[in-house]
Amino acid sequence: MEQVIEVKGLQKAFGSHEVLRGIDFAANKGEVTCILGSSGSGKSTLLRCINLLETPDAGEILYRGRDILKGGMNMPQYHAKVGMVFQQFNLFGNMNVLANCMAGQMKVLHRSKEESEQKALHYLEKVGMRAYVNAKPRQLSGGQKQRVAIARALAMDPEVILFDEPTSALDPEMVGEVLAVMQSLAQEGLTMLVVTHEMGFARAAADQIIFMDQGIICERGTPAQVLDQPRTERLRTFLANML
Amino acid sequence: MPNASTSFFGWVTFLLNEYGELFLRGTGMTLLIALTGTAFGFAIGLLTAIFRTITPKKDSLIHRGLLSIGKLLTSIYIQVFRGTPMIVQSVVIYYGAQYAGIYMQPTAAGILIISINTGAYMAEIIRGGIVSVDKGQFEAAHALGMTHWQTMTSVVLPQAIRNILPSVGNELIVNIKDSSVLNVISVSELFFQAKSAAGAYYRYFEVYFIIAVIYLILTLTVSFILRQIEKKMDGPDNYVIHGSQSDSRADIRVSVENEKEAVKRWNK
Repeated sequence: MEQVIEVKGLQKAFGSHEVLRGIDFAANKGEVTCILGSSGSGKSTLLRCINLLETPDAGEILYRGRDILKGGMNMPQYHAKVGMVFQQFNLFGNMNVLANCMAGQMKVLHRSKEESEQKALHYLEKVGMRAYVNAKPRQLSGGQKQRVAIARALAMDPEVILFDEPTSALDPEMVGEVLAVMQSLAQEGLTMLVVTHEMGFARAAADQIIFMDQGIICERGTPAQVLDQPRTERLRTFLANML
Repeated sequence: MPNASTSFFGWVTFLLNEYGELFLRGTGMTLLIALTGTAFGFAIGLLTAIFRTITPKKDSLIHRGLLSIGKLLTSIYIQVFRGTPMIVQSVVIYYGAQYAGIYMQPTAAGILIISINTGAYMAEIIRGGIVSVDKGQFEAAHALGMTHWQTMTSVVLPQAIRNILPSVGNELIVNIKDSSVLNVISVSELFFQAKSAAGAYYRYFEVYFIIAVIYLILTLTVSFILRQIEKKMDGPDNYVIHGSQSDSRADIRVSVENEKEAVKRWNK
């Protein structure tokens, strides 16, 4: 199995508060890894460390075997390969939908305007937002914003996309449209790392589920193993509370 | 030639006839100094503010050292120029430079002084604007692989500048008025011209009344233009949806106003 991202012994503390206490896992090419856990378990910090929005204190992050913390590759290149979708969407407020999906391609990948526009339109079509190319983010609903954010990440042709609670800031009726897009990406074989509270999505789309608690990985396995046969008391309580 | 019984308006008309061209040249000089001074000041403030928002690299001692020396220098610059009156700065810089053997043209000295002074204020205004932009915007840009400079120029600054435009306009208006202090180093701006005109016939009230009106016209015009620029930067409230389900070539216009009205009608 080809590993895209591998994390070894990752540790991160904010002051005296240890958020990650030695995390080891790997994400294989074409697989969906869902990370579950209650808030404060360190799952978002884990994603933010992988994307280097936070600098880990110890451990290794390997991208295709290269340790990125030790300067294994240049940062813009790495960021282009590892996309991120945020809970708060974070679309660029000064740009319309199309420009949001073109900025990274032109600035970081140095693609031509025509090529960037073509790619952007292709992925906007895919997430069902092509009709809104002229709209500014403030004119869109949460679900629409998140679909544009996904198109923006896809337009960089990344190897893997990290989703940090992509549906947590959405009205319940808009969760479905975003999950539907993510589900179809999963089926097409995009490598995804998803921090989520959507059990239905995890069960349907995940190849691997990781359950985190207090900065360590408490359990891991297939959806059937983790969701149906929890081995620890902590996970049983967590699952019971989710229902 | 007016005499002792000439009315206020008589004097004003006479002075406008006599010195109209002088006032006009003074107004031109005031505008030139205020506009270029604000523009250079904005540039100085922009560079200072971007510099002051760089986060130090944890692992590089040199990077951190240079950065903190730089930040100390910029903060001294800001404190000194915000903390002393511009009229004093004018005299100190103009005559101080002569000590060093530099004899500046008064106009050039005036632009220099306004620029440095405005830069100190702008640095803080722009820094405030940058800080006011949501942290998520920086993170999204970094996550796409943009450098600090790219993030600033294409994502953060356009939003920050829109947010601070009212304050920048304020600075321009302050500069139109406060360039009058440059008369102490003989810059031939509006106040300086008025002083010589008033002295000729000892008509102080009439002359300064005229230039008060000129200053007011300048500042009102500038505020109006700035408001139009703000409106333009906000863009239209409407957007066009390309294609509809039945006809992909159709453009559907969605206007926020229309939507609001529709909601109102619905609520009735």
